[in-house]
Amino acid sequence: MKLIIATIKPFKLEEVREALTEAGVRGMMVTEIKGFGSQSGHTEIYRGAEYAVNFVPKVKIEVVVPDAMADQIVETVTKTAQTGKIGDGKIFVLDVDQAVRVRTGETNEDAL
Amino acid sequence: MKLTKYLPLAALALMPVAGFAQEAEEAAAVAADEFVWIMNSLLFLIGGFLVFFMAAGFAMLEGGLVRSKNATMQMTKNVALFSIAAIMYWLIGYNLMYPLGDWAIEGYFSALFPSVGVLEAVGVDLAGADDASYASTGSDYIFQLMFCAATASIVSGALAERIKLWPFLIFAAVLTGFIYPLTASWQWGGGWLSEAGFSDFAGSTVVHACGAAAALAGAIVLGPRIGKYKDGKVVPMPGSNLPMATLGMFILWLGWFGFNGGSQLAMGSVGDVADVSRIFSNTNMAAASGAVAALILTQVLYSKPDLTMILNGALAGLVSITAEPLAPTLFGALWIGAVGGVIVVFTVPLLDRLKIDDVVGAIPVHGFAGIWGTFAVIFYNGDAAMGTQVLGMIAIIGATFILSLIVWFILNMTMGIRVSEEDEVAGLDMSELGMEAYPEFSKG
Repeated sequence: MKLIIATIKPFKLEEVREALTEAGVRGMMVTEIKGFGSQSGHTEIYRGAEYAVNFVPKVKIEVVVPDAMADQIVETVTKTAQTGKIGDGKIFVLDVDQAVRVRTGETNEDAL
Repeated sequence: MKLTKYLPLAALALMPVAGFAQEAEEAAAVAADEFVWIMNSLLFLIGGFLVFFMAAGFAMLEGGLVRSKNATMQMTKNVALFSIAAIMYWLIGYNLMYPLGDWAIEGYFSALFPSVGVLEAVGVDLAGADDASYASTGSDYIFQLMFCAATASIVSGALAERIKLWPFLIFAAVLTGFIYPLTASWQWGGGWLSEAGFSDFAGSTVVHACGAAAALAGAIVLGPRIGKYKDGKVVPMPGSNLPMATLGMFILWLGWFGFNGGSQLAMGSVGDVADVSRIFSNTNMAAASGAVAALILTQVLYSKPDLTMILNGALAGLVSITAEPLAPTLFGALWIGAVGGVIVVFTVPLLDRLKIDDVVGAIPVHGFAGIWGTFAVIFYNGDAAMGTQVLGMIAIIGATFILSLIVWFILNMTMGIRVSEEDEVAGLDMSELGMEAYPEFSKG
């Protein structure tokens, strides 16, 4: 099993959710986050004074999928969340040792 | 024949009846005098409650532009300063400002202890009125009181987020009971400035720049908010509620119709009503052009429009036209207001460069735009001259600034005017009042 962590632009969340559901993902965790990447935020002006916005709002999606689906899911997120402009986000893929469905006690891929 | 109080009856009285023509004519003349007196009083009453509502405008504007941890305190200061102004103006201000020719020092100072404001008797008739050719004393009193309170409202915004409640209120009492009525008496009380030919219709200098001068003196003695100027850079402290600040601006805009329109001081003739209408139209135009000027200028300078500057721009347009809202054409009001909006966009950062921390932009809006408006009188009012306009500004702004500076220094020496660093960081709402404006929202 793989844990796929994707940070994307907030306005792309709904599109990505639809695409992942179509691709067979049956659950996901979503968190509103702030952060910065290679661009290191940006600057704005308030009443004539420039200030740095160091942390940009993003949405973090976490999905656990069977190994065989991982590549396809990464590709789906990349395709739907992409605008081609700076700040589209990043995707990380991690190995998952174990999964348990709390209600039934089912484990691993049965629990997804 | 019994004097008739109502115009339709006066019209009836005008009907020629044989043998009564002479009497009817006299009755009509008295009725006409009453009509003028009633209409003038009505103008003051309508103007009075419109200008009263500016207190709400100032409160909303300031409450929206301070951070949420200081919003309750800002509301407290606004309601308290208005109420204190109302009492001080009765106690000293009204008769200090209007000596009616009875000066202690001719043209400069009416009396050390002027009497309190006194109204006319209940059910007074025209013969018993204080001024049969003008308006009821109560209407004049309430109208003028609102101007006095507005002057103090200007100060509260500039000094927000760091000044202690009680020293601020003591200053408000001195300003509304003494400083403003004194400097205003030089012009509107028939003092030396009006004799010199200074022209300031509704108070670009007498009210607005006066309030700004008091605010500037306070801001200098008080110092900037902690963290506002760091390593030579200006750190923005964004306001907590821009929709509320916008409502405040619109309320002030509405109130300004009373502020400028009421300052015609007469509504008993076709000419006066036409002039009041003209003033309304010019006032509106100046506000609009001030806002548009700030909108365009911030888009060009900063690549994004700045709402807080647009709000300030509209108010600067209003302040700019206040010194002469009658004489200009609509095009005149447009460009005078627009210059006011431009002045604000440039002077807000200028004050920051001088490390004078004016939280809501009160000094640029009421001070710099007020100076501009007072100067701009010469373009449309042939009776005004550059020299006397400058003289009036120096006298009123200078005297207010120096007197305010002295009061601020005394308050600072005796009780201290600034909260502790810990209290300021925690916010005045919790540290000075023990209550929050928005307790159900988490801290951002």
